[in-house]
Amino acid sequence: MEERVTNVLLSGVGGQGTILASDILCTVFHEMGYDVKKSEVHGMAQRGGDVTTHFRFGKKVYSPLIKYGEVDYLVSMELLEGLRYINWLKKEGKVLLNLQEIFPPAVNLGKMKYPEDIVGQFKKFFNGRVFTVQGLDLAIECGDARATNIVILGAFSTFFDFSEEVWERNLLRHLPPKIHELNLKAFRAGRRALS
Amino acid sequence: MEKILQGNYAIARGAWEAGVKVACAYPGTPSSEILTALSQEYKGDVLTEWSPNEKVALEVAIGASFAGARAMASMKHVGLNVASDPFMTVSYTGVKGGLVIIVADDPSSHSSQNEQDSRHWARFGKVPMLEPSDSQECKDFTKLAFEMSEQFDTPFLVRTETRVSHSFSPVRLGERKESPIPLGLDKKDAPKYTMVPIYVRIRRKFVEERMRKLEEFANSFEYNVIEMNDPRIGVITSGVCYNYTKEVFPEYSYLKLGMVWPLPKKIIEEFSRKVKKIIIVEQLDPFLETEIRSMGIKIFHGKDVLPNHYEFSPEIVERALKGKRYKPPKMRVPTDELPLRPPNLCPGCSHRPLFYAIKKLGLFTFGDIGCYTLATAPPLNAIHSTVCMGAGVGGAFGAMKALGKEGLGKCCAVIGDSTFLHAGIPPLMDIVYNKGNSTTIILDNQTTGMTGLQEHPGTGYTATGEPTHRIDFEELARALGVKHIRKVDPYNLKETMEIIKEEVERDEPSVIITVNSPCMLHRREKRKFEHPFYRVLTEKCRGCGLCLEAGCPAISWRAVSEEEALTQDGHKRKGVVQINRLQCPGCGLCSQICKFEAIVPVTA
Repeated sequence: MEERVTNVLLSGVGGQGTILASDILCTVFHEMGYDVKKSEVHGMAQRGGDVTTHFRFGKKVYSPLIKYGEVDYLVSMELLEGLRYINWLKKEGKVLLNLQEIFPPAVNLGKMKYPEDIVGQFKKFFNGRVFTVQGLDLAIECGDARATNIVILGAFSTFFDFSEEVWERNLLRHLPPKIHELNLKAFRAGRRALS
Repeated sequence: MEKILQGNYAIARGAWEAGVKVACAYPGTPSSEILTALSQEYKGDVLTEWSPNEKVALEVAIGASFAGARAMASMKHVGLNVASDPFMTVSYTGVKGGLVIIVADDPSSHSSQNEQDSRHWARFGKVPMLEPSDSQECKDFTKLAFEMSEQFDTPFLVRTETRVSHSFSPVRLGERKESPIPLGLDKKDAPKYTMVPIYVRIRRKFVEERMRKLEEFANSFEYNVIEMNDPRIGVITSGVCYNYTKEVFPEYSYLKLGMVWPLPKKIIEEFSRKVKKIIIVEQLDPFLETEIRSMGIKIFHGKDVLPNHYEFSPEIVERALKGKRYKPPKMRVPTDELPLRPPNLCPGCSHRPLFYAIKKLGLFTFGDIGCYTLATAPPLNAIHSTVCMGAGVGGAFGAMKALGKEGLGKCCAVIGDSTFLHAGIPPLMDIVYNKGNSTTIILDNQTTGMTGLQEHPGTGYTATGEPTHRIDFEELARALGVKHIRKVDPYNLKETMEIIKEEVERDEPSVIITVNSPCMLHRREKRKFEHPFYRVLTEKCRGCGLCLEAGCPAISWRAVSEEEALTQDGHKRKGVVQINRLQCPGCGLCSQICKFEAIVPVTA
């Protein structure tokens, strides 16, 4: 195992399931023999506010927080919440974006505009390393909009060469049996989207 | 076996492995999950309770300790202020069964009304304190704290903070070992437990002696560790600050303190002799720095470069210690200019119509601690003071006292159900007793919402989900002597405004209780709205934005093009609103606000 620690920043809007996705990442990488640390950063009760999770894996992880500018993978469940962390990425970092827009209050009130061409802004700096998924549409096709996070997790899983079995087993560990089928479908749809 | 645990779950695990028998808490971010974990995962072995407040939690734990059981009380930093009365004296009585108090700080006030540094309580109360840096240490330190509590006849503090409590990392699990101390009360122990002057003076000397012994012990404590690397720079630190600093400066030497009070003076002196320059890295106050400086040790860097406020991070430590040598990463997009996404009341939340009514009445609102502090933000702007648990009720009374009759109709207090039971009863008693005339609005959403839906004495269920007596707020207020008690359905905007107006203008104490308004995230209680969701009749909408003043996340405004610049009935408009049906739960507030009948229910 190489010495260096890999940094994954997951971002999204409260209620999108960013935290569940990072829980699953945590158990997958731990099972694969890595030291892991994960930290959720959100204000108050995250009622619709922005939520980020710092997930780090490597031989030995000290800080539960990623250093600014050191993100290897930025995974965002929502476009604006992705853009908010563009400066956190390393020069050679990779980006995975769910192509979904959720308006923040100032946009809802008509006081500010939702940023334009977020994917293009990322491509300007990370051309060839920006990946996009229609997570919400795929989740709805699988049967429930709430599985968007698992679609994105499925897409993100293609960045690593662990077996599908490891991912799926750990995915199911975190979910009640009655939604296993739905989430397996969502996970596989996400995997296919980037394969 | 190794398992990934959140810091708080690791504390619960440590307590369980240590054989804890009684665990009490009042929910408070970032400490709440400790009791949740104990009452869900270990309820067969541990008697858990959500106490009405932290003072009661600690008192119950103290009683259990006196009866020989290992006991724990967990709380957030400001919770220890509430529990400070028993805390300061249980230091004197000491314990029988191990007594551990978990206190969780919140640097940056992610979910708190201040960012006080709880290490001062250790020094103030003459109580030893451990500070874990990750989940493994959360478990190990909690376990050790129980043993050392009995060994030194002292309550033990374990201090975490948001980043330790809410981070996840691997933990090696152990088995539960029951406490070796037999259960039972012994009247012969009275001089130890009865803090009247004659016995206080005896115990007072004991406390000093105990702290001397503990300081000696700290010098050999296995978690006060020196890591020698480059001897030119030595960092003295503790908790998560160790991880941040180690991340950025792995080449430095370290003295990592697992026990932050009392300090291991011999080890500190030894370390200061081994390294050329001492740097102290600690969040919040210069606690270690003040102590170490007073030992006559020269400090190269500490709070001269590191901030006294807010949570640290690896780059804050790097920037501070590198000074001019620090090179920030390149900025690609000015992200500070992006629209913010602050937390908001949920769509359909019963607080929204209530605060909308208050806003329309133009009242000054004495707020309290809970989700409803979110009504402070625009566009509601309907909370005008928040101090601490219960302060709203007393505050409104104080303002009315000062203003006299001039104040009538101008202010009110709002307080949540859980918060009211925590600290709202004495001030309400005060209003009646001292002939006040202020209005207290109890926002009864039938749970402790903000901290993640914990039970309380008004829900009718215990921490483990067993049914129990449910406090009736109306009966309670009546027993305190309040004559004017009104119940209001906040989703009926007109009626809500009328009732609040009548009561705030009344020259007598009054209480308004919201009914049928459970938290939108409540698992057991659900409000059934008449319609599944609402929609905007775009042809009628004038885009006036009145409905937007309620700040519902489901409603948004968009500009319209030339073709849409007129309503059906010929009014000019610049935009229209739309409702996101995925977010709208059908509460109907917006439809009551709209003056043009442009928002209508969708019938299933």
